[in-house]
Amino acid sequence: MKKTIITVVGKDSVGIIARVCTYLAENSINILDISQTIVSGYFNMMMIVDGNKAEKEFHIWAEELEKMGEVLSCTVKVQHEDIFNKMHRI
Amino acid sequence: MINIGEVFETNKMIEQENLDVRTITLGISLLDCADGDLEKVNEKIYDKITTVAKDLLKVGQEIEREYGIPIVNKRISVTPISIVGACACHSPEDFITIAKTLDKAAKAVGVNFIGGYSALVPKGMTKSDKNLILSIPRALAETERVCSSVNVGSTKAGINMDAVRLLGDIILDAAELTKEKDSLGCAKLVVFCNAPDDNPFMAGAFHGVTESDAVVNVGVSGPGVVKTALEEVRGADFGALCETVKKTAFKITRVGQLVAQEASKRLNIPFGIIDLSLAPTPAIGDSIAEIFEVMGLERAGAPGTTAALALLNDQVKKGGVMASSYVGGLSGAFIPVSEDQGMIDAVKEGALTLEKLEAMTCVCSVGLDMIAIPGDTKASSIAGLIADEMAIGMVNQKTTAVRVIPVIGKTVGDTAEFGGLLGYAPIMPVNPFGCGDFVNRGGRIPAPIHSFKN
Repeated sequence: MKKTIITVVGKDSVGIIARVCTYLAENSINILDISQTIVSGYFNMMMIVDGNKAEKEFHIWAEELEKMGEVLSCTVKVQHEDIFNKMHRI
Repeated sequence: MINIGEVFETNKMIEQENLDVRTITLGISLLDCADGDLEKVNEKIYDKITTVAKDLLKVGQEIEREYGIPIVNKRISVTPISIVGACACHSPEDFITIAKTLDKAAKAVGVNFIGGYSALVPKGMTKSDKNLILSIPRALAETERVCSSVNVGSTKAGINMDAVRLLGDIILDAAELTKEKDSLGCAKLVVFCNAPDDNPFMAGAFHGVTESDAVVNVGVSGPGVVKTALEEVRGADFGALCETVKKTAFKITRVGQLVAQEASKRLNIPFGIIDLSLAPTPAIGDSIAEIFEVMGLERAGAPGTTAALALLNDQVKKGGVMASSYVGGLSGAFIPVSEDQGMIDAVKEGALTLEKLEAMTCVCSVGLDMIAIPGDTKASSIAGLIADEMAIGMVNQKTTAVRVIPVIGKTVGDTAEFGGLLGYAPIMPVNPFGCGDFVNRGGRIPAPIHSFKN
């Protein structure tokens, strides 16, 4: 199973996680793990998701999420997990 | 499972420290395009490149999208054209038709450079090699994306001084024909000693005759990432310094390896090598010179620079080798002047001279790279510069290269503008004393004694 990492960075506000999670649920993307911290008022979130059952193609839902980031005044990035595994695991 | 700290570390490298994959270079053999009929050769070359490389751009963009890592360049290298065209080309003009075909094919598949307008002449030149070399100035002036290289020396064969002398003139001619663009033609011509067959970096990339039909080579980058990592160990001893470079090089190279494997799988073309490189760009923070400064040198070129570069080069290789299954190409730290803001500043302030750069090439990955010199430099002096650099490569069994740009109409104190990744460069003075009687002797310099290893 190829997993995808979603990161959200930006100014903290109400409902960021809710908006992202709602989008994922509507698109049949399953959340496997969420970690989140606030560093000096800035919201840092990482989600590990399984998008294999998504009806939309990867590049479409990835771009829609990144656009949602603009609305939330956050930077959203959607990346396959391999780049992180390769870099940080031998 | 991967944790949040690791994810943000990677993304910080990409977003703030200019981590990228510098190039996916698709090597394509054109040996099967040889023919006695020049028109057919051109047709076969165009068809082969546009068939094999048709998905290169698309695949590169897909990988960028999925992994969130920029892949700055998608390029092609081909079999040295002096070999491919040997049967059909009887004059420099004939070779120029092939240069134009390569340019057209590069545009058709959307790559920004195509390398391999090359000749390998360390021991001697065939008629075809000589015609190709004579055609280089026009080929570079009349095409946009074609890159050329000539290998004039090797540890095994010695240095072909006839070719070295000839290239002094060729470089000046290339400069003259592109004088409207600050002699940009010379930025697309590299003279090599011990040129590797699998180098993915332009302008010196070509697809060696020892390679298979097609192969994917990847060049990594990341001076900014190394610099940021070294900022954490300011004042620590050399052991800690080396460990930090090594660990960072490992991480950078792993990304290159991932991209190479994905590209290879999606293009259905075998993976060749990763070039373990620190390739600077004119962007602030993406500089080898700035790494020296973090190491403790006031400016690149200060006493200690050669030692700093030697350890940097070695640690990049040590970290990178473990991160990749196959390594090759040039591998190490590049020190191009015009492509590195810190180097440019060092030259402007008088910290870095041509002679110091020459010393640095003994321990860097390539050689005198992207150095602008006065347009009135004598051809024999350029040949002398090349001879010196080739001697360093031959004796030290390493790749060395010369890519100097005599900027016509400009002199010391002026600046040459090349644009884009090629950057800009202050014109550097060349030693004014002559070497004509030396380089005009003709013949070749024999291989050094330690090349007889059999």
